[in-house]
Amino acid sequence: MEWTILLDIALGAILVNNFILAQFLGICPFMGVSRKMDTSLGMGFAVIFVMGLASALCYPVNKLLLALNLNYMQTVAFILVIAALVQFVEMFLKKAVPTLYQALGVYLPLITTNCAVLGVVLLNVQNNYNFIESVVYGITGGVGFLLAIVLFSSIRERLEFSDPPKAFRGFPIALITAGLMALCFMGFSGLQIPW
Amino acid sequence: MNVGKQIKEGFLTQNPVLVQLLGMCSTLAITTTISNGLGMGLSVMVILTLSNIFISLLRKIIPEQVRIACYIVVIAGFVTMVDLLLQAFFPDIAESLGVFIPLIVVNCIILARAESFASRNNPMAAAVDGICQGLGYTLVLLAMSAIRELLGSGALSGNQIFPAEYSASLIVQPVGGFLTLGCLIALMQWIQRKVKGGK
Repeated sequence: MEWTILLDIALGAILVNNFILAQFLGICPFMGVSRKMDTSLGMGFAVIFVMGLASALCYPVNKLLLALNLNYMQTVAFILVIAALVQFVEMFLKKAVPTLYQALGVYLPLITTNCAVLGVVLLNVQNNYNFIESVVYGITGGVGFLLAIVLFSSIRERLEFSDPPKAFRGFPIALITAGLMALCFMGFSGLQIPW
Repeated sequence: MNVGKQIKEGFLTQNPVLVQLLGMCSTLAITTTISNGLGMGLSVMVILTLSNIFISLLRKIIPEQVRIACYIVVIAGFVTMVDLLLQAFFPDIAESLGVFIPLIVVNCIILARAESFASRNNPMAAAVDGICQGLGYTLVLLAMSAIRELLGSGALSGNQIFPAEYSASLIVQPVGGFLTLGCLIALMQWIQRKVKGGK
């Protein structure tokens, strides 16, 4: 029983309600760092990491706010937790796993202002997920982000060699490509676990 | 202080969405009806102006190393205020904008203006900058939402222009957001090239 719910959340976060292509969360990094395949891989993994951790950390924070009757402080508290978390992860990785730090380093500060991270935390609260569901939603939401950004960057590498009308060069054609990807992902709507 | 230049920058040459390419998430996500677009645009304008003034007042006090965190706290405070006000006075709009109201905190426009303008100018200039950039943003949201509402559901701010069964409902889906914004930015680039070519 429990497993099917978790699988359902995962399937929804990765394919059906993909964070970027269906919910428009995290468009800025999606557009900003998707020029090359390896940078977008780095960004994707950094986002999975931070989204999972942020979901886990913000769950008790939210419980505490509710207990203190301070739920109007949610936004402020969550963004502070995320900013502190990102800073902490950066310092920890620098000391403990320098190779991973070098791979993710540049992208970590950017993640603070990634709306997907704050978005997943707020959606966890809105959907009344329990602790495990929140963490699963956070991590699989990140996986969905990774999937979309890697697919997109590999298309964008090809776009460099194409010849669109002058006005569409650069950003507009990238947006339209993203639109076509969103159209493909609409094909997943209604997808359900068969049992 | 150069108000005329700031207005021109906000609307055209440095338009936050079409030229600086900031604040994409909300631009794409909520522009399905005109009322949503207007609500979001005005909320962002108010928050941007207030946070610009506040950060400009504090610019000599905030230490360099923790400035981003300070900006975020200031912005989050104003966002919470606007969120609560909207829930109290415009519950319909608050309902349909949903999670994107609290997400104004991480709207890159506000942080970018705080970092690049408010932290270097006096409060008066920062306020004008906030209003101009906010209006530029609202204008793009209005254009986007008018196009998408008309093509996607055959209506303009709720008034049916042509029967809904002839409309392309795809345009109000996520796909339409990407396509519309792509075409608008292309139009902007085309205009910019024409203007440059004319000089």
